[in-house]
Amino acid sequence: MSTTVDPNQVAVDEHPVSPFLRMDRIPHIWCPTCGIGTVVKCFATALDETGVDLDKTSIVSGIGCTGRVAGYMKLDAFHTTHGRAIPFATGLKLGRPELLVTVFSGDGDLVGIGGNHFIHAARRNMDLMIILVNNFIYGMTGGQNAPTTPLKARSSTMPFGNFERPFNLPHLAASCGATYVARWTCLHIRRLTKSFKEAIRRKGFRFIEVIAPCSTLYARLNKLGTGFNLMQFYHDNAEIRPDADTRDVDIEFQDNIICGKFVDEERPTFTEMMNEHYQQKLGDKYVPLPPEGGLLHE
Amino acid sequence: MKADPTGVLTGAHYLDGDFACGEGAMAAGCRFTAGYPITPSTEVVERISRRFPMIGGTFIQMEDELASMAAIVGASWTGIKALTVTSGPGFSLMMENIGLAVMMETPCVVVNVQRGGPSTGLPTMVGQADMMQARWGSHGDYELIALSPQSPQEAFDLTIAAFNLAEEYRVPVMFMMDECVGHMTEKVVIPPADEIEIVPRRLTAIPPKEYLPYRVEGKLIPEFARAGDGYRFHTTGLTHDERGYPVMSAECQEVCVRRLVEKIKRNTDRIVRFDEENADGADVVVVTYGITARVARMAIDLARKMNIKVGSIRLIVVWPFPEKRIRELAGKVKAFVVPEINYGQMVLEVERCAAGQAATIHVPHGGGGVHDPNAICEAILEAAK
Ligand SMILES: Cc1ncc(C[n+]2csc(CCOP(=O)(O)OP(=O)(O)O)c2C)c(N)n1
Ligand code: SF4
Ligand SMILES: [Mg+2]
Repeated sequence: MSTTVDPNQVAVDEHPVSPFLRMDRIPHIWCPTCGIGTVVKCFATALDETGVDLDKTSIVSGIGCTGRVAGYMKLDAFHTTHGRAIPFATGLKLGRPELLVTVFSGDGDLVGIGGNHFIHAARRNMDLMIILVNNFIYGMTGGQNAPTTPLKARSSTMPFGNFERPFNLPHLAASCGATYVARWTCLHIRRLTKSFKEAIRRKGFRFIEVIAPCSTLYARLNKLGTGFNLMQFYHDNAEIRPDADTRDVDIEFQDNIICGKFVDEERPTFTEMMNEHYQQKLGDKYVPLPPEGGLLHE
Repeated sequence: MKADPTGVLTGAHYLDGDFACGEGAMAAGCRFTAGYPITPSTEVVERISRRFPMIGGTFIQMEDELASMAAIVGASWTGIKALTVTSGPGFSLMMENIGLAVMMETPCVVVNVQRGGPSTGLPTMVGQADMMQARWGSHGDYELIALSPQSPQEAFDLTIAAFNLAEEYRVPVMFMMDECVGHMTEKVVIPPADEIEIVPRRLTAIPPKEYLPYRVEGKLIPEFARAGDGYRFHTTGLTHDERGYPVMSAECQEVCVRRLVEKIKRNTDRIVRFDEENADGADVVVVTYGITARVARMAIDLARKMNIKVGSIRLIVVWPFPEKRIRELAGKVKAFVVPEINYGQMVLEVERCAAGQAATIHVPHGGGGVHDPNAICEAILEAAK
């Protein structure tokens, strides 16, 4: 998929986010002008600038082009199965509650095959930070229709244009109970990084949707030019409207993309609810699973 | 090492197999369980969800069995011992992530309280027809371990064994109960914690800088590091090298998958476990497991009264299969009789190992009940001819 770059030609050590990446796995598999790399850079910057304990930070991905992100981050990293990043991450978080657990995956992965887990984790306010790269398509498998493909857009399985209504993801997340919901395009580097930084510091189900070019498939199938042209499109058509009602942030084909932080509230997480509830009901008899992890005999 | 006393309900109890299995898990040190309700297995998680808050465990009822299985694999990477529980339909949904556990070498235990199938089948009634699924249900080549208890006492004892095997070999272990054992209530003796042998999760002593998650250095099982200890490891369901990095090549596939298979195959003698009675010198050997072993006992007694030389092998560890012993006996006996509540599953293994040296007679039952002992007895008499 990607052209090969001689890694020796890349200024490996000088790159500001190289300490956060598995540089021994570069070059990555992503196509030139694919948007995923930009999102990774913003995420790494956010990790850097928040100064979180990287030893206690995990990343979980599903399967897809975006699903490869876990493989490039120098964290405890889990490349799991298609659609199951969120339940896998749920186990990780509940097994060792002190971890910061992030999920980084694609639109098809998280809200197509994995949609059920997405809504239930949001409902429970599971303490997970979810980064969803929405490229409107199944990239990895060759550009098939996704539950995010805008009406009329072409995909390889909707060669005459898509006639299924797509999800409005911020609304889906918010209506299921996510406590932090934002959408940016991968042109909004500073705002996206800021959202990542905020989300890292928050708790509960935090959802950030990032609109990003799939230059090879979505752009080509829809004759939208290169990744660069898509970035230009975001520049001209992204509208920052943080006070928007999430019901109004649907994305139409090649129409404006409403961005912003739509939800930012505090609500007890699954673990907090559980602990408080059992403390109330069982008093001293309640023994919560320790933050550093459950029973280990070492 | 010995069990942590917090989870051990020492004493003599009157428990059904499901509850006993839950107690076995807690005694083994299980502190994370994810599940989705399904008859006839639900009592296991009901027991656990009632006791976990008092012993430092977390139970979560997930949205489905795909999620339950994924969650226990994730949890296990924090070093916690993790369990999920289901029956046929849910077992089918778990298959892909059982494969993930195999590929990532994640210790965990999956309980299947078998009911009649296929599909929704007989939700409240017994079956033993998921035995091959336990072995082959996920795609690709792999080996794993499966056990089958015949009583509530064994549901307790063998659940502990299942956790120990999962830890020792870094594999998902299938705990293949059946509805009869799950729902029968009998005396279960839970020993004091210091009499229960436990294999703890062993964390690597290799420092993070030198650690590679799948380096084995001539051994068969890699060292385990858990999430959150500074190892910053990578693990994937893709074919991977010793760094845990994906490598898409036939060469890497050979190294990666061969070891997954060999780590069980080469330890088969240590893992297999069966009860053998009077098999040496017998004309007929009955091979059974689970509830059917208890039904067959009556048939064996009947046949003995008719002076038939009949012995038995009761599979405790079902997978890997005790191939060597069956091969040995095949040269000596006239026939094997294999009653099971399905239309022919473990019998295929017996037949394969008998390799034409002895006859193999299957006594099928479609499920929803157990065999009539007379049917098994008739098969024994037939076999002895
Ligand atoms: C159970 C299962 N079904 C199908 C696939 C094939 N598959 C791999 S990636 C993918 C789609 C990924 O789409 P998305 O999450 O949007 O990621 P992208 O590649 O666009 O970043 C599919 C269908 C799979 N790996 N597993
Ligand atoms: S196929 Fe699309 S999403 Fe995948 S790497 Fe190429 S541009 Fe990116
Ligand atoms: Mg996509």
